[in-house]
Amino acid sequence: MDIYLILLLDVINGMASLFLLSLGLAIIFGMMKIINLAHGEFIMLGAYATVISTNAGVNIWIAMLLIAPLFVGLVGLLIERCLIRFLYGRLVDSMLATWGLSLLIIGIVTTIFGNTIQGVPTPLGGFSIGNYRSSYYTLFLLAMALVMIAIVYGVMRHTRLGLIARATMQNPAMANTLGINPARVYMGTFAAGAAVTGLAGGLLAPVSGITPVMGGAYVAKAFITVVGGGAAMLSGTLSASTLFGSLNQIGAYFTTPVYGEVIVFTAAIILIRLLPQGISGRFLKGNL
Amino acid sequence: MYHRLSLIAQALAVGLAAIGIALAPGYLEIFTLMQVTLFAAMAVLSLSLAFIWGYGGILSFGQTAFFGLGGYTYAIAAINFQDSTYGILLAIFIPGLFAAILGYFVFYGRISDVYLGVITLTVTLILFNVINSTSGDEYHIGTAMLGGFNGIPAVPTFNMPFDPASPLSPEASWWTTGSMLLIVYLGLRLLLASPFGRVVVAVRENEVRASLLGYDPRMIRLITFIIGGAVAGLAGALYVNWGAFVGPTIFSLSLSAEIIIWITIGGLGTLLGPVLGCFLIQYIVASIGSQQTFNSNLVLGAVLIIFVLLLPKGLVPTIRDLALWLLAAKPGTGRSVKAELNAASGNPHPVGAP
Amino acid sequence: MAELTPLLKTEHLTMRFGGVVANDDISFTLQEMELRCLIGPNGAGKSTFFKSLTGQQTPTSGTIAFRGQPIAGKLPHEIARMGIGIKTQVPNVFNGLSVRENIWLAARRKATPNGLPKLVASVLDLIRLTSESERIVATLSHGQRQWVEIGMVLAAEPDLILLDEPAAGMTDEETLRTADIIRDINQSRAIVVVEHDMAFIRLIAKTVTVFHQGRVLIEDTVDKVLADQRVRDVYLGKKVAA
Repeated sequence: MDIYLILLLDVINGMASLFLLSLGLAIIFGMMKIINLAHGEFIMLGAYATVISTNAGVNIWIAMLLIAPLFVGLVGLLIERCLIRFLYGRLVDSMLATWGLSLLIIGIVTTIFGNTIQGVPTPLGGFSIGNYRSSYYTLFLLAMALVMIAIVYGVMRHTRLGLIARATMQNPAMANTLGINPARVYMGTFAAGAAVTGLAGGLLAPVSGITPVMGGAYVAKAFITVVGGGAAMLSGTLSASTLFGSLNQIGAYFTTPVYGEVIVFTAAIILIRLLPQGISGRFLKGNL
Repeated sequence: MYHRLSLIAQALAVGLAAIGIALAPGYLEIFTLMQVTLFAAMAVLSLSLAFIWGYGGILSFGQTAFFGLGGYTYAIAAINFQDSTYGILLAIFIPGLFAAILGYFVFYGRISDVYLGVITLTVTLILFNVINSTSGDEYHIGTAMLGGFNGIPAVPTFNMPFDPASPLSPEASWWTTGSMLLIVYLGLRLLLASPFGRVVVAVRENEVRASLLGYDPRMIRLITFIIGGAVAGLAGALYVNWGAFVGPTIFSLSLSAEIIIWITIGGLGTLLGPVLGCFLIQYIVASIGSQQTFNSNLVLGAVLIIFVLLLPKGLVPTIRDLALWLLAAKPGTGRSVKAELNAASGNPHPVGAP
Repeated sequence: MAELTPLLKTEHLTMRFGGVVANDDISFTLQEMELRCLIGPNGAGKSTFFKSLTGQQTPTSGTIAFRGQPIAGKLPHEIARMGIGIKTQVPNVFNGLSVRENIWLAARRKATPNGLPKLVASVLDLIRLTSESERIVATLSHGQRQWVEIGMVLAAEPDLILLDEPAAGMTDEETLRTADIIRDINQSRAIVVVEHDMAFIRLIAKTVTVFHQGRVLIEDTVDKVLADQRVRDVYLGKKVAA
C-alpha cells in the first residue's frame, strides 16, 4: 500500500516538474510560433543564478523564486532585442539561431564557472510513509505548478495585458490596427517565457546536478511536451505533461528509469503521428 | 558551348580531387592524415543531411540516428564476421531499412515541419537511451558485446574486400574514406541531375502542385529519406573504422546540431558547401582543442548565430553570388555565366527558403 | 448519348466546413469532349468544387465518378494520374525552378522519352515563353506565371482540364489568346472553366452552369443563362429564391 502512495507522489512529481519545465517554452511557442532551442540553457541559467546567490548568502527561497526568474527574464529580454526580433516568421532560422545561442550560452558558462557539478541542498526536509521516505519539496513543486497555472490563467483571462497578448496571438495585423504594437507584445512575451523558464531552473536547482550542459537533458523533453500538447499554451502543456510525466514515472517504476524515458519518447511519437496538431489541437480547441 | 566548358571544368575538378586523395599520404604527416580521414567520414554524414534537407526539404534533427545505427551495425557485423566487407554493406542496408520504416510512419502520416524534427530527434534519444542501458553480459549480438555506455572497443577496422587477413593501412584507410566521399558526392550529383532528382526538388518547391501533376509526394520524400539514411549509415561505418571504437555518444544531439551547423555555414541547397563547412568547422574545433578560455561551444554558437543573421545562404552560395555580381559587370556575359556557375557549384536549382 | 458513361458525374456532392456548407447537394454531369463554363459570385463554391474533384479535399458526402470510376476521397496524385489536370486560382507553380523545368516536370509523366523534348518545346511555344524558358519562374510577372501553369496543365495531357480563372490578371490580347487555346484544346479534351469575365464566357462557352450559395442555380446554354433574371440578380447581389 505504502509503495503505491510513494508511486503516486513520484507520478505527481514527474507531472509537476515536466509542466514547470515546459511552460516557458509553451508560452513562447504558443504566442510567437518560435521554438526556442536555448530553452534548456535558460533552465541552466536559472539554476546557476540560484546556486550562486545562495552561495553568496542569499536566502534560498529568494534566490529561486525571485532572483532566478528576474535574471533569466532580463537575459531573455536582451536576447529578444539582439537576436529573436530579426527572426519572426522564419521558423527554421529561429530554431538554428537559438540552437547557436544554446551553444554560446553553454560556452560562456563553461568559460566562467568551469565544467564542474554544483548544487544546493534541498530545503524542507522529508517525511516517511511506512518504510519509504519522501520529501516535502515534492509537494512544494506540485504547489508551485498549481500556482503557475493560476497565475498564467489569471493574467491571460482577467488582465488587460492578457487580453492584448491573446489578441496579438490571434491576429497580429488586426491588433496592430487597434493601436497595439506587436513588437512590444512579442518582446514582453519572450521575456515572460524566459522568466518562467528561469523560475523552473531555480526550482529544480535543489534536486538536480548543475552543470553547464544540464540543459540538454531538459530541452528535448520540454520540446516534446509542447509539441505533443499543441498550440494551447496552458491546457496543452498541462495535458501533455500529465500524460508524459505519469507515463515516465510509472514506466520507470515497472522497468528502469531509462526505459521510463524510452516509453515516454515512444508515446510522444505515436501521439504526434495520431494528433499532428497536439492534444489541444484535437480535444481542447479554443482553450488557453 | 558554355555547357561543354562547364562539364570539362567539373570533370577536371573531380580529377584533381581524385589525384589529391591519391597523393595526400605522400605529403601529410600520419597524424594529419588520420585527422583528415575523420573529416572525410564526417563530410559523408554532412552530405547525407545536405541531400535530404537542402534538396528534399526534410529537416531531420536526428540524422545521427542513422549515423549511429550504421556505426553499431558495422561494429557488430565486423566482430561477428571478422571481415569488414559485410559490415560495410550492412551498415548501409540496416540504416536504410530503418529510414524506410521511420519514413513510412512519418511521411504517410502526413507529418511535416517541426513535427518531423521532433520525431527524428526523439528517435535519436530513444536509441541513445536503449544502447546506453545495454551494459552487462546479457546484452550481446552474436559475439559482439554491446557494452552500454562504455561502447564497443577494438572493433576490427577495414580489410581488403573478402580478405580479412589483410587489414588496411592508415594510408589505404584514407584512400577508402576519401574516395567514398568523392563517390557519394558524385552519386548525389548524378541523382540530382536525373529525372528523379528534379522531382525531389519539385516536391520541395511545391508539394501541392507536384501531387496535382501526379507525383506522390509521400513516396518521393520517403525515397529521399531512405537515401539519406543509407548514406549516413555508410558515414557511420567510415567513422568507426577510423577510431576502431563505437559508443552511445555517436547518437548525441550535439553531433546532430553540428551537422546542421556545417550545412548552414557551407550553404544549404548545395553539396559542395556542406562538405567545405564540415571540414572548416571540424578544423576549427580541432584547433581549439580542449582549452578552457576559448571554448569550442562558444565559437560554434557564435559562428552559427552570425551566419543565420548575416549570411543565411551560407558560404558557397554567397561566394557564387559575389562572383556573378563581379562577372555581370562585364556586359553580355552575365546570364549564361550564371547558369554555368550554378551548375559548377553543385547547385542545379537556386534554393529559396528551406 | 444517354447510354454512354459521362466523363465526369457528381451526385449529391456536399462539402461542409464546420457550420458552413460550401457545396450543397451538387449533381453535375460532363460528357467527353465537352466545354463547360462555371460561373457564380464569390463564395458560390466553385473552387471548393474543384478541390473535391482533384482530391485536395474529401467531400463530406456524395459521389464523384470519373469515367464511371469513383474518385471521391482519392489522393491528388492518384486522380491526376487518372487524367484530371487543374490550373488553380492563385498561380501554383514551382517558383524556384526554370520555366522549362516546370513544363518538363508536367510533361514527363505521360510523354515517351522520345516525344518528351518535342512536347516541352511545343508547349513552350504555345505559351510564348520559349525565349524565357531558362528563367526562374519566381522572376516572371504574374501573368507569365499564369501561362506557365496553363502550360503545365497542357503538357500533362489530361483528359479533363479544370481551369480556375485562367484569364485573371491577363491583358485583353492575352485573354483572347487564352480563349483561342481553350477552343483549340477542346478539339481533343473536355474542359471546365471557372470565370467571372462574361465577355470571356461568351467567347468560349456553349453550356454554362451557375453556382450560387453552394448549389447549382441553373444550367443552360450561354445565351439563356446570361438572359436569366435570377442570374442577373445573383450578380447584383439580390436575394434569389432558387
